[in-house]
Amino acid sequence: MVQWTDFERATIKDIFSKIDSAVVGPAALSRCLIVYPWTQRYFGSFGNLYNAEAIKSNPKVAAHGQVVLAGLEKAVKNMDDIKTTYKDLSVLHSEKLHVDPDNFNLLSDCLSIVVASQMGEAFTADVQAAFQKFLAVVVASLRKQYH
Amino acid sequence: MSLTAKDKDTVRTFWAKVSANAEAVGADALSRMLVVYPQTKTYFAHWKDLSPGSAPVKKHGATVMGGVADAVANIDNLTAGLLDLSELHAFTLRVDPANFKILSHNILVVLALMFPSDFTPEVHVSMDKFLSAVALALSEKYR
Repeated sequence: MVQWTDFERATIKDIFSKIDSAVVGPAALSRCLIVYPWTQRYFGSFGNLYNAEAIKSNPKVAAHGQVVLAGLEKAVKNMDDIKTTYKDLSVLHSEKLHVDPDNFNLLSDCLSIVVASQMGEAFTADVQAAFQKFLAVVVASLRKQYH
Repeated sequence: MSLTAKDKDTVRTFWAKVSANAEAVGADALSRMLVVYPQTKTYFAHWKDLSPGSAPVKKHGATVMGGVADAVANIDNLTAGLLDLSELHAFTLRVDPANFKILSHNILVVLALMFPSDFTPEVHVSMDKFLSAVALALSEKYR
């Protein structure tokens, strides 16, 4: 089981209470689709992803960004057993969506960068470490049911 | 994934905004790397103080960003421009090239933090490509 320090627990809850989830989810997903364009392969049904402007203004991308963030908030509420919390999500990403799990790291990097730009100086090295540890646990849990 | 003319313009324009703060960026990126990826501390066992913002970290952050500035100036031929640095990293420092990616990520985090409105997704992709190209040039002499 993942061991969280008091600082890490408090920091994760603090981050998610501070960030504007309506902004961060869409911003992170659109950034991922722009910075790592091969990730667009999973979003064929989203319409116009032809350039950065199109991606940033695409309502399906924005909506899906919110879905992703809601998923992360579920992990925040269940920090002591993210693996079980994400069992069905992991099966979904593997069996139905067929997402290469290496992509989870790409979206994680974009999340770190978006949260950093939202939080500014408050995103200290220790806060970054806690956030990236949380994302690593999320990614490992999403990978768990792949076979 | 080579640098297009647009990427190079984007990097040069963004770097012009960043360069005045380059030392601060370097110090913060290095501090973060040592905290968030503790395995990187193994390369700095000879420093007295590895804590964020310490004197050796600040000094080395400035050194690293000096290298990045050189890379921007040599953006049209990174392999040639960074040859000496590549030899240094390959033969003397022998830094595992996987760490270039780690430091690059932390540089990007600091850029996002310090320049939130300038570090747009378009600038992000060009900077990410540029830092990857720099890492590749640095790895040139390894084997």
